[in-house]
Amino acid sequence: MSGILAAGLTGLSGLTLALIASLALGVASGLLGTFVVLRRESLFGDMLSHAVFPGVVAGFFLSAWLAKEGWVENAKNPLVILFCALVAGVLGAVVVTVLGNTTRLKQDARLGIVLSIFFAGGIALFGFGQPAGVQGFLYGQMAAIDATDLRLMLGAAAIVGVAVLLFRRPLMVVSFDEGYAHNLGYPVTWLTLMFSVLLTMSVVVAMQAVGVVLVSAMLITPAATAHLMTDRFPRMMVLSVLFTILASVGGTLLSGSVSDFAAGPVIALCATALFVLAYVFAPRHGLAARFWHDRGQRQRIQRENVLKDIYRVLEREGFPAEGATVGAFEAERRLDREGAERELKMLEDAGALIRRNGGERLVLSEEGWRQAARVVRNHRLWELYLTNEAAYQADHVHDDAEIVEHLLGEEAIQRLEAELGFPKTDPHGSPIPQPSAPPIHTTS
Amino acid sequence: MIALETHDLTVTYRKRPVLYGIDVAIPEGNLIGIVGPNGAGKSTLIKAVMGVVRSTGGWVKVFGKPVKESLTRIGYVPQRESIDWEFPVTVMDVALMGTYGKLGPFRWVGEEQRRRAREALERVGMLPYAKRQIGNLSGGQQQRVFLARALAQDSDLYLMDEPFAGVDAATESAIVELLKDLRSQGKTVIVVHHDLQSAREYFDMLLLLNMRLVAFGPTAEVFTTELLQKTYGGRLTILSEMAEKAAREGTGKLHPKNEP
Repeated sequence: MSGILAAGLTGLSGLTLALIASLALGVASGLLGTFVVLRRESLFGDMLSHAVFPGVVAGFFLSAWLAKEGWVENAKNPLVILFCALVAGVLGAVVVTVLGNTTRLKQDARLGIVLSIFFAGGIALFGFGQPAGVQGFLYGQMAAIDATDLRLMLGAAAIVGVAVLLFRRPLMVVSFDEGYAHNLGYPVTWLTLMFSVLLTMSVVVAMQAVGVVLVSAMLITPAATAHLMTDRFPRMMVLSVLFTILASVGGTLLSGSVSDFAAGPVIALCATALFVLAYVFAPRHGLAARFWHDRGQRQRIQRENVLKDIYRVLEREGFPAEGATVGAFEAERRLDREGAERELKMLEDAGALIRRNGGERLVLSEEGWRQAARVVRNHRLWELYLTNEAAYQADHVHDDAEIVEHLLGEEAIQRLEAELGFPKTDPHGSPIPQPSAPPIHTTS
Repeated sequence: MIALETHDLTVTYRKRPVLYGIDVAIPEGNLIGIVGPNGAGKSTLIKAVMGVVRSTGGWVKVFGKPVKESLTRIGYVPQRESIDWEFPVTVMDVALMGTYGKLGPFRWVGEEQRRRAREALERVGMLPYAKRQIGNLSGGQQQRVFLARALAQDSDLYLMDEPFAGVDAATESAIVELLKDLRSQGKTVIVVHHDLQSAREYFDMLLLLNMRLVAFGPTAEVFTTELLQKTYGGRLTILSEMAEKAAREGTGKLHPKNEP
C-alpha cells in the first residue's frame, strides 16, 4: 500500500507534492486545531510541538541504524520517525501531568519547563550526527517536500481524519462538558489520551510544513479564524480545515515566487491574513458586523424617540385627524427648524411619517403609529412596574424607562402585563396605548 | 427500590478531605435536596457518583448496579459555571446531546433523536430559541437548556448540580414545577440546593451534608434546629485538620480505601 503510494508520488512535480501536502496539513492540523482552541489548550499544543522534536531527531538516528542493520529499507523511514515522535510527545505530556500531581506549579509553568527542556534536548541530540532531513522538521520544508516526507504526512493525516470522523461526538462532548461525557458513558481518560496522540500526529505533519516554532500558528490561527466565523461546531471544523489549506497553498505559491523566502513563515502569515479578514468582516462577530449592528440599534432608538415625541404631541392635542404641527414638534423636541427637519426626514425615509398641508402637518403612517404606540406603551408599563413592584418613587422612574422602553421584547411585555393585571394607565395617569389597536383619530 | 446507594464514599482533593464515609440509601420516586454550607461537598457528592471526581474509597450503586452499568438511567445536569458559553453549539445541539447516550458513539443523529430533543425543549419552553448559540441566552434560559438535555435522556434518576443558581424567580418556579412533574412520573430527582428556606418547600426529603452525612430523611423530620445547627455549625474542623495533616506528613490516610 505505502509502496504504491510512494510510486504514485515519485513522478509528481515539487509544486504538486506541496499542494497534496497542504491537504494533509489542512486535515491534520485544521481538525485538531478546532479542539485545541475550544479546549483552551493552545499552549499545550505549543509544548507538544517542541516536545516532539527530540523524538523526530531520535527517529532519524534509529531509522538510519535500522537501515544499516537491514531491518528497514529506507534510512528515513516515516513509520519509525512517527513512532519516535509519538513517544516523545506522550512523554512530554506525562511529565507535565506528573509535575502537576507532585508540585505546586501551575499548568503554564509546567508547559514552559517541558517545552524548553525537550526542545533543547532535541537540538543537542541533533548535534551528534546532524542526520540529513532534520532541518526539514526544524524550519519546515513545504516548498521542497519529497515523496518520502509526503508519505509520512499523508499517513498521519489519514489517521487523524478517520479518528476524528469516527469519534466526532465523544471528542466534542468531552471538549464541551467533561462531566456530561461521564454521564454518556464515554471513556473520558482514554479519549483524552487519544486526543493527545492525535494531536502529536498532527504536530508531526505541521512540523514538516512550517517547522517546530510555527506549528502552534497552524494549530491555533485557522481554528481561531473559524471560531470567529461560525457558531456551529461541524462548520467550525470544516472552515478550520479550509483556512489551513488556503493558507498553506497561498503561502507555498507566494514563497515560491520569491525564491529567498522559506515557505513556513509565509504560510503562517497567510493564516494570519485570513484571521485579520475574519476579525474585520466575520458575520455577527466581526468588527464591521458589530459596527453595523450598533449603528442600526442607535438609529432605531433615535427613530423610536422621535416617534414617541410625536405621539406625545398628538396625545396632548387630542389626536387630531389632521395631525400635529411642525411647530409643536419642534417645541417638544427642543429643536430649531433645521434639526426638526432632519429628524422628520429620517422618519419619512423609514416610511413612518406622512406630511400634509405643504409639510406643516405631521401624520403617522400605520407602521409609524404601531412603532410609536409600542414604545410609549413600553415606557409607561415600565414606569408602572418600577412604581408598583419595585417600590420606586413615581418621580424616579422616567430615566430608567427611557432606556428600557427600547429593550423590552414581546415576551417580556406579555409577562409585565400579566404581572401588573393588564393596566390601562401609567403612574402619572396617562393611558397605556395598544400597538395592535387601530390608530386613534378624532375629527375636530 | 433504592435509586441511589453509597457506602463509605470518601473523596479527597489535593490531600484535603472533602467527603468522609458517606452512607446513604435514597429511595426511588422522591424529590431530594442536598443541603449544607459552602465547602460541605454537596457538588462533590454528585460528581463522585458520576465519576467526574474520583472517590478515594467506598462504593456507589444506582438501582442496585454499579454506576457504569446504569449510566443510561442517570441524567446529570452539571453546574452552570462549568460550561464554556462561547462554545460553538446551539440550543438544539445541546438538547441533542441528551440522545447521544442511547445512540452510541458511532451512529448518526436521525429524525427520532431530533424529535426527542424538540420535545424536551418544548417542555422547558426553549423551542423558540432552538437555533440560538448558547451564549446568547439569559441565565435562566441557559439553565433550562441543560434541563432539556437531561429530559431528552429520558432517565430514571436525575442528578442536578445547583439548577437554581443565577436563575430568575419565574424560571425557578418553572423548574420546580418540572421537577414535581418528573417525580409524579416516578422519577427520582436529587438536587444540590443552596437556599435553606426554599429547600423546605421544594423537597420531600433532605440530605444534610457537611463533609460527612449529618442526616437524611423526610423534610419534616430532618428540618430541625438541632440537625441544621449540626450541619452548619462546622464542628468537624479538627477532624478535617488532622486528616489533612495525616496526608501531608505521610503517616497514612485517616480514611483507608474500602472497596466493595
